Amino acid sequence: MSGPAPDFGWTFYAPLSTLYGPKSTDFFIFSIHMMGVSSILAALNIVVTIFNMRAPGMTWMKLPIFVWGWLVTAFLLLGVMPVLAGCVTMMLMDRHFHTSFFNAAGGGDPVLFQHVFWFFGHPEVYILILPGFGVISEVIPTFSRKSLFGYHAMVYATVMIAVVGFVVWMHHMFTTGAPFVAQLFFMYATMLVAVPTGIKVFNWLATLFKGSITFETPMLFAIGFLIMFTLGGFSGVMLALAPSDYQYRDSYFVVAHFHYVLVSGSLFTIIAAIYYWLPKWTGKMYSERLGQLHFWLSVIGMNVTFLPMHFLGLAGMPRRIPDYPLQFTDFNQICTIGAFIFGLAQLIFLYIILKSCFGKEKTPHHLDNRVWEGAHGLEWTLPSPPPYHTFETPPAV
Amino acid sequence: MSTSFQKHKRLTGLLICGVLFMFGFCYMLVPFYNLVCKQIGYNGKSVRAPAVVAPGMQVDHTRMIDVEFSTTLHGSLPFKFIPLQHHVAIHPGEKKLVYFFAENQTGHEMTVQAIPSITPNDAARYLKKTECFCFTQQHFFKGEKADMPVYFFIDPSVDKNIKEITLSYTLFDASGFEKKQVSLSKGRIDIP
Repeated sequence: MSGPAPDFGWTFYAPLSTLYGPKSTDFFIFSIHMMGVSSILAALNIVVTIFNMRAPGMTWMKLPIFVWGWLVTAFLLLGVMPVLAGCVTMMLMDRHFHTSFFNAAGGGDPVLFQHVFWFFGHPEVYILILPGFGVISEVIPTFSRKSLFGYHAMVYATVMIAVVGFVVWMHHMFTTGAPFVAQLFFMYATMLVAVPTGIKVFNWLATLFKGSITFETPMLFAIGFLIMFTLGGFSGVMLALAPSDYQYRDSYFVVAHFHYVLVSGSLFTIIAAIYYWLPKWTGKMYSERLGQLHFWLSVIGMNVTFLPMHFLGLAGMPRRIPDYPLQFTDFNQICTIGAFIFGLAQLIFLYIILKSCFGKEKTPHHLDNRVWEGAHGLEWTLPSPPPYHTFETPPAV
Repeated sequence: MSTSFQKHKRLTGLLICGVLFMFGFCYMLVPFYNLVCKQIGYNGKSVRAPAVVAPGMQVDHTRMIDVEFSTTLHGSLPFKFIPLQHHVAIHPGEKKLVYFFAENQTGHEMTVQAIPSITPNDAARYLKKTECFCFTQQHFFKGEKADMPVYFFIDPSVDKNIKEITLSYTLFDASGFEKKQVSLSKGRIDIP
């Protein structure tokens, strides 16, 4: 097959991906279908397991908050992956079967693509972040040696984020010429997301309050998440305001915003989860000193990379350009240095994981079942690492 | 065991129905989007079919609205496409006939489709056309030239703030999408 790889970015807006897409776009569509099928199957598995196979006495309001995060995420996946599948199927039909969903010449409308895509795309960012919220809601209580503040409110906030997430998609397209009323509605709906998110942030803070806190690596990543995610949330509120969004739109400000929420909200939370459960998985404690080094290099690298992007964006540097005007060079150089620090720091992480998985301990050290002093939950009642078959008779909760 | 297996089967079936519904919902978004656009006049979707003149429509002589015309060729379509008048000032309720000139410079015959767009958005649904070359596809022989008509008026219920309306057409190459019906080019003046 001749021609380049798909060259229209992850949002694959029509007509870039339909009329002007290279031949390889069909493989792109096929792989998205495969990915959709696998996501849907995994989500089915999670929902059915959580609904039907809970241990005796495990009522809904006793579920670990991490499991709640996953349950809501799985429902989001079931809700929006079929929409993405429909979207790429329309693309395929436009490309080969002579329809014109997105082609104005045949009576379609390219803006429709953006609506369908973001109807999937916005819940998708909550798919990325809700399991992370669940992780943080496990880590912070453990290292504060307190139970999670406001468990019920946390559960309802998670569900509310997911529900409101379905009616905010047009904030990605304020400048496509949307009618005034629609812009108002989507602006308010978007700002409404700040309410359940605020509930979560305040509950985490309240959990920390007067806790007996220690700063092991998972906790450091959790606190790093808390601070940087909140910063990203603030720039999110700025972007949610339709009038100011007209200025920030498609600038590096947006890039700074979503890296603050996603690097902290998705990446840092996953890293926190790995440090938190790695001793349980492998039966070997990681090196706390290396973990701390990894955290500090990551958090410095991340901020050096993405903080200047706010200023670049406000100064007018657009997104998705191959080159930028000369006056932006200095800040971009700072970003580059930060990115190298951030990237190289992950090699430490790789080393820590490999060592924990395959390393041999000179003096075998038996790891306690509970691993962390403040950890609660069924997994901490098992030996580390857990044997192949566990809970052959379901534990009563 | 069999009861729990049935429980799983029922729930999985229910969820798969939900997934199929969402796939269908994605396609339902298409007519829904078109309906909403038609209501609000977005992307010229309200002006692609003849409008009906409301009985008893009064010409509002107290104010004038400047209607400007602009044209764009989609991509690198080798056509000449210009409005014969760049703007007209009319009273709301007053009917006006204007022409757009098009010339096929492609060197072969071609079917084209003009797609209208109106700004400001709040005025879009008040600009109404009883005839327009954009209602149908237009067929051009090699080197053919024509003046194509638009017969329109502005609904007198348009907001008082509206002083200017821009009607813009983009000409698309419609080859591959030719309609079966013979395109009615009502009022089109072919220029020899």
